[in-house]
Amino acid sequence: MSSETSQRTTERGRIRVTGFDVDRVESRDSLSSWEPDLQSEEGRGRLEYAWKRFKRNRLALFGAATIGFMILLAVFSRPIQLPSSFPVLAGQTVQPFSLAPADPANQDVLTGYQEPTLENVLTWPPTGLYLFGADWAGRDILSRVMYGGRWSLSIGFIAVAMALLVGVPLGSIAGYYGGKVDELIMRIVDMLYAFPFIVLAIAVIAVLGRGYWEMILALVAVSWLPYARIIRGEILSVKENEYVTAAKALGSRDRSIIVRHILPNAMAPVIVQATLSIGTTVLVAAALGFIGLGLSPASAEWGVMLNVEQDAIARGRWWAGLFPGLAIFAFVMAINLVGDGVRDAFDPQGDQTDTDTGGLR
Amino acid sequence: MSLQRFVLKRGLITIPLLLGISLLTFGMVHAIPGDPIDFITLFTELDPQTEMEIRAEYGLDQPVYIQYIDWVTSAATGDFGRSIITRDPVIDEIMTRLPYTLVMGIMAFGVTLITAIPTGVIAAYYRNTKIDQASRVFALLGIAIPNFLLGLLLLLVFASWLDLFPILPPTSRGILSYDMLVYTLLPAITIGTGSTALLMRLMRSSMVEELDKDYVRTARAKGLPERTVVRKHVLRNSLISVVTVAAIQVAFIISGSVVVEIVFSYPGIGRLLVNRVGNRDFPVIQAIVLLIGVAVILANFVADVLYAYLDPRIRY
Amino acid sequence: MAMLEVEDLNVRFYTDDGVVKATNDLSYRIEAGERFGVVGESGAGKSVTSLALMRLIDEPGVIESGEIRFKGQNLLEMDEEEMRSLRGNEIAMIFQDAGTALNPSYTVGEQISEAIRYHLGLDEAAARERAIETLESVGIPSAAERYSDYPHEFSGGMQQRVVIAIALSCDPDLIIADEPTTALDVTIEAQILELLEEVATEFDTAIQLITHDLGVVAEFCDRVMVMYAGHPVEMAPVEDVYYNPQHPYTVGLMSSIPRIGDDRDRLQTIPGRMPDLIEMPPGCNFHPRCPYAEESCTRVDPQLVDVETGDPADPINSDAQTAACLAHTGELTGELDYEVTVRGEDDLPGSDGAASSAEVTDR
Repeated sequence: MSSETSQRTTERGRIRVTGFDVDRVESRDSLSSWEPDLQSEEGRGRLEYAWKRFKRNRLALFGAATIGFMILLAVFSRPIQLPSSFPVLAGQTVQPFSLAPADPANQDVLTGYQEPTLENVLTWPPTGLYLFGADWAGRDILSRVMYGGRWSLSIGFIAVAMALLVGVPLGSIAGYYGGKVDELIMRIVDMLYAFPFIVLAIAVIAVLGRGYWEMILALVAVSWLPYARIIRGEILSVKENEYVTAAKALGSRDRSIIVRHILPNAMAPVIVQATLSIGTTVLVAAALGFIGLGLSPASAEWGVMLNVEQDAIARGRWWAGLFPGLAIFAFVMAINLVGDGVRDAFDPQGDQTDTDTGGLR
Repeated sequence: MSLQRFVLKRGLITIPLLLGISLLTFGMVHAIPGDPIDFITLFTELDPQTEMEIRAEYGLDQPVYIQYIDWVTSAATGDFGRSIITRDPVIDEIMTRLPYTLVMGIMAFGVTLITAIPTGVIAAYYRNTKIDQASRVFALLGIAIPNFLLGLLLLLVFASWLDLFPILPPTSRGILSYDMLVYTLLPAITIGTGSTALLMRLMRSSMVEELDKDYVRTARAKGLPERTVVRKHVLRNSLISVVTVAAIQVAFIISGSVVVEIVFSYPGIGRLLVNRVGNRDFPVIQAIVLLIGVAVILANFVADVLYAYLDPRIRY
Repeated sequence: MAMLEVEDLNVRFYTDDGVVKATNDLSYRIEAGERFGVVGESGAGKSVTSLALMRLIDEPGVIESGEIRFKGQNLLEMDEEEMRSLRGNEIAMIFQDAGTALNPSYTVGEQISEAIRYHLGLDEAAARERAIETLESVGIPSAAERYSDYPHEFSGGMQQRVVIAIALSCDPDLIIADEPTTALDVTIEAQILELLEEVATEFDTAIQLITHDLGVVAEFCDRVMVMYAGHPVEMAPVEDVYYNPQHPYTVGLMSSIPRIGDDRDRLQTIPGRMPDLIEMPPGCNFHPRCPYAEESCTRVDPQLVDVETGDPADPINSDAQTAACLAHTGELTGELDYEVTVRGEDDLPGSDGAASSAEVTDR
């Protein structure tokens, strides 16, 4: 390089450019009609955005439709009358429709087992009965499956709702206050986690006895754990954030900080977990029914139906078990599709929500 | 830190956990309203003398915390008292059935590993193709189908219709007999199906995560052939995170066995537990629940250690 | 024929949101032993260019058209096996984040050796020897012991040296360094750049350095290509780019650099943001942010032209300074009225440095 350029080289740090006038750009009218229209979507709430994504997922919609369908069948299978102990409206028929072809409790012991045949299928519905066959007592299985949905589905939804009501607050308290409270709650969580879901449920039923609410309590006792852990984790990671400190500086009370700032953001993984848990809960409830620790044998709960007919099924009367079992399967399948859809809706890259224990809880 | 210190640290955390679950298991009985002795006597009226004897025999005349200490210390030596129903020592009842459940569990575990890991790897590598979609469908099916339904259907098809298996287990032959082992395949496959579905999804997502990482790009930039990149670099890191979950399959297999043993009338611990719950045979229930808890905690412990052994970042 | 010639390269990404035009008719060349800088903001298409050279573009990206000639052969026409024999061997890459670029489960030495074994066919012991030598040459102390250490046992700067060692291990003719110092602090950055310089000179390796840091480019490169929204907007020897920038974007970049002794009260930036590569402004992509833009800039997409003659640029055959602005094709009515001053330039050549620094009193 020439001596001139080498002198220029050493002086490079002193180059100054002037005349690039920013104001000229900002104050002039737009030169073209071009507007960037891929706006970032941060303005919309996370929930709204997730809902839009969810609607685009056809499998998830199919799952949701299936669940809706099953709920409708359960509700409208037989009339619902308010019990006599209900204030004011005692005895009123709240739901008059009866989609089920027969009364699920109608026994016809003399007829006994009826296998569903092609003939039955072809002449159904005018002759009404036995599309799915009949069980040992001659009861129409289709009607029982429809009606039994009330038990199986309600247990699932109620148990998860209650588990949320227990787990989310406990997890929030543990996460927010930290210290001994956190220690204590998390120790309990760790200990309970040592037991597989169904084993602990069995233990609780051993203590409480059998029955509808007993079973729900047993299920709740185990299923609140993941929500507590998730919420606590979210709170811990957010606690140090600036906006929480800012809110505190403005004098907000602790509880309102948790509710207004932290919870909305933390809800996504909880919602995913809850959705998937509904499926697991229904499975465990049915399993408990199957092993005889559920509702009474006369009830049409799907697991119980399989319990009663165990031997018969193994020895050839497949219809007595296949249909209630398929109902369970269909529901769990559908709710898993919905759950996966929810997870993808919140987080398409799949790197945040970590519920891939596959719904072990 | 070195592996030994890591094991020690983990061990120290595990011990209070074990104590905690023993407390829970013990407390179970005393959570019921009413006098525990009624479960033993089944609510019959007894003269005070007999009642006192029974109380003494079951330690019910002591304050609660003494009862707990007695129970835990005996339990540590394997003495869980006697069954209320059969009056046999609980430990004997458990030991005659434990081998069956163990064998079935090991078979289920083996089935799971052999099926889930290769399929998960293939699904991840060919992600978003038909192969991957198919595997996801199978996984979904495997998770959604109730294990008892699957068991009953397997019995129906293979035992009733095809006559390849007996409907009931040939218990007279003992666990290691050929007939018994063959029969055990059915419950093992039943449990293994669900467990495979879970593990396969995990294997797939773990691999997918690794495949997106920068070091994979570096390996490719070095010009290494694709199979080396996958086998040598990706697999190693994916397996690390799967190992921990594989160890936790223990909990899944235990839950499965509770129900599946009923389906197949299989003489294992799960069936023992279920049978005795109805009768509120608490010594047996407590013992089995405690053992299950201990097993799961130990499995987690082993998983943690294995993880530390495999991932250099934790160890050194 | 230059060692590397890129001609009319077009890379597209087909995403759910639209087609991303990552590079558009990109052409440039690199001679053997030359140091070529690629400068631009994030999202300008710089990394895509390097990945395309190695054919490491993953779906949904596709190299739509163009040619990449390395030592006369078109890389885009090779089969995968031939390409692999080039990667790591004759063309090597250095990545930005050394920590994640290394596999945490294998020792550092092994990650170097495996490339050596694969490309040079050496056996384990010989490969190990060579790997240790390479580690030494990148300045890692106690190389023989450190061979068996894992990546997490090294500091950030050391990790980057390891990555460089991997790149060097098979004696490549071209090293593509994708923002190798961005993640490092300034003192380490200086060391790494020095290392690269040494290595390049000693082994006569060409280096394509990608960065958004103008200071680094000034230190290191012989020629520079400035990219904006997937297009090359200026290409010139480094001196010209700094002392005589010809494209408004380059001018904007240069004027954004804060100087000690500046008398402005606010930091200068280029207004606006780089457009999404899916939906770009009509005409010249830079016009919404350019102070000299006129109506004609919204209609015509300027091509790279020689700034002196206005003829279309031929980057493969000529070194002339080129810029993609209508000002150089004569279609601009206004003028690019910026000014480049060098403090102390008015002094006669030969005056000593002390007098020049005494002159610096512009306040």
